[in-house]
Amino acid sequence: MIDFLRSRIHRSWLFLMVATAATFGLRAEGAAGLGAAEATLGIAYMKGRLVILNFMEVRHAPLWLRLVLEAWLLAVSVTLLTIYWISVGRHA
Amino acid sequence: MIIAEMMMFGVFFITYMVYRAKDVELFNVSQLALNRNLALLNTLFLVTSSWTVAQAVIAARQDRLIAVRGYLLTAIGLAVAFMTAKCFEYSIEFEHGITAATNMFFMFYFCLTMIHMLHVIIGTVILGVVWANARRGVYRPGRTEGLETAASYWHMVDLLWIFLFPLLYLLR
Repeated sequence: MIDFLRSRIHRSWLFLMVATAATFGLRAEGAAGLGAAEATLGIAYMKGRLVILNFMEVRHAPLWLRLVLEAWLLAVSVTLLTIYWISVGRHA
Repeated sequence: MIIAEMMMFGVFFITYMVYRAKDVELFNVSQLALNRNLALLNTLFLVTSSWTVAQAVIAARQDRLIAVRGYLLTAIGLAVAFMTAKCFEYSIEFEHGITAATNMFFMFYFCLTMIHMLHVIIGTVILGVVWANARRGVYRPGRTEGLETAASYWHMVDLLWIFLFPLLYLLR
């Protein structure tokens, strides 16, 4: 198991599985609203970052490529959360 | 091409959220008709297939040819499992009379998941091609570019689903 966890790819996979179960569990518990939405989108951002850096191996790619993909991920995540906040404010 | 696809899906995700913000109640009520368990299973299938594809690239660099084929075949199996579960999910929805014309939520749901499904199909064909190449011993240490490109495409398919899953099935 310790050998397994030495690999960044294996650790990423394990995190992705646990994080997926966590967001699903959050929803199954009936969690809704601001805290749950931030957690759900925050976890999606972290999962996406692991896929980009470790599975796509962008960690070792040229800097411009890493910047483009990290910027895409951050911009999409922040925009989604901002629209969510606005929708909550409108329906409060 | 992968970056262009990601940009396009980024716009799709944001458009979905904008329309959701206009009618949160409709989107929340409609979401309840979806099968979250199948979506969870499909997320685990895709995440694991991405992991096996990443393992295939590592194995190719280490000249472990049998492992490369095994990992790729596992990924293809998981992709087929994803498609089977998604089609089953669609069939349940159609049985209940739910279509893209039902309302705005389901219009987005069917459009986004079917465009993603198209990418899964293309990705699976690409994985099939690299598996056939791996059988012929094409990928050896220092000659793994083709496999790496195919792997990146598949990881993008996984990445897009990582956002579709919470947006369509979980966020309330």
